[in-house]
Amino acid sequence: MNFNATLIGEMISFAILIWFSVHFIWPHINKAIEDRQIKIAEGLNAAERAHAELKSADVKVAGEIKQARQQASEIIDKAQQQANQIIEKARAEAIAEINRLKASAQDDIASMAQRARDQLREQVGALAVAGASKIVQREVDASTHKALLDQLAAEI
Amino acid sequence: MASEPTGGLTEYIQHHLQHLTPHTSEGGFWAVHLDSITVSLALGVLFCLWFWLKARKATAGVPGKGQAFVEIVLEFVDGQVKDVFHGDRRVLGPLALTVFVWVFLMNAMDLLPVDLLPWITEKFGVGHFRAVPTADINMTFAMSLTVFVLIIFYSFKAKGAGGYMHELFTAPFGKHPLLWIPNFLLNMVELASKPVSLAMRLFGNMYAGELVFMLIAGLFSAGAGLAGWALYGAGVIGYTVWGIFHILIISIQAFIFMVLTIVYISMAHDHH
Repeated sequence: MNFNATLIGEMISFAILIWFSVHFIWPHINKAIEDRQIKIAEGLNAAERAHAELKSADVKVAGEIKQARQQASEIIDKAQQQANQIIEKARAEAIAEINRLKASAQDDIASMAQRARDQLREQVGALAVAGASKIVQREVDASTHKALLDQLAAEI
Repeated sequence: MASEPTGGLTEYIQHHLQHLTPHTSEGGFWAVHLDSITVSLALGVLFCLWFWLKARKATAGVPGKGQAFVEIVLEFVDGQVKDVFHGDRRVLGPLALTVFVWVFLMNAMDLLPVDLLPWITEKFGVGHFRAVPTADINMTFAMSLTVFVLIIFYSFKAKGAGGYMHELFTAPFGKHPLLWIPNFLLNMVELASKPVSLAMRLFGNMYAGELVFMLIAGLFSAGAGLAGWALYGAGVIGYTVWGIFHILIISIQAFIFMVLTIVYISMAHDHH
């Protein structure tokens, strides 16, 4: 087999084919590759950014939680103080009311006892007079009973 | 130029269609096509080394261009497998990748000038050399029969021996004993047609492509004088146009071989 210009012609065609590939085929593949690289780079960047944002958000959240906790404890303290004050005030009022009621009740009791005593005294006086008049009807010695009556009146 | 008469075209083509075989085994069944074996092995090693190097140095960050290219190929193949096969892709994915890239590389040998490799090998005293392994029917059948073995293997694996036998005798017509034989015959035809169609399609396309290249190459030495130069120019243009068109063909054929491999193996997983 002898080789000749056939091979040269084929080589020219091959060179054109390579030129064609370089200009019309490889650019598409290369573009796909570069797009992919860009996409991956962007994705990684975005992930990193998101990571950093997450971190700063975490810090912010932690700070806010701390602040909220502080505020909450302040509110609780205040509420407890207020509650204590209310309880104290209520207790004082209750004691005052009790004392007032006790005093008025004692007054009532005292006035009622006085009244009862007065009535009793009146009735005893009447009884004594009635008893005395009966005794007077039977025994006419007033002097004997006069001392008794006096003694009775004094005792009452 | 124009050193050969037109009658030399037949001789030229016949010469080019001869495989490199050791003289000891020429002709018989045990003939070995050293050219197909050498080129396919070299391209296989090239594929393995290339992807292995890129995979070894792969980063999770922004990939280099080489890695991005390998990733695009890998993602493309994996996407095809994912579309067809809904199972464990750990075997089928790499298989499809190997089939695709290897077949593509072997097909791409068609783009080299049809006389280039023979010219080089002749310098080393080797007369016949066909550069395109996939234009060798032994090569395409070697791959399709490997796929065939995998089809059988996965059929047994997915359905069990009993299940597979049951399917062979009862699908697609039905369970009636009278239908066992027709079912089985049909299944055998279906089974046998897979490797044959797989191998013949690739071989036919590549062989025809190579033949067209040779026919066009015949133009280079078809005439004398001014007409000869005109034919030479037509040859260059024709060769280039066919070469550009052939870029499409080799990609499509590699793609079809891969997709059919996936489809056949995923069919072996399906239950009827």
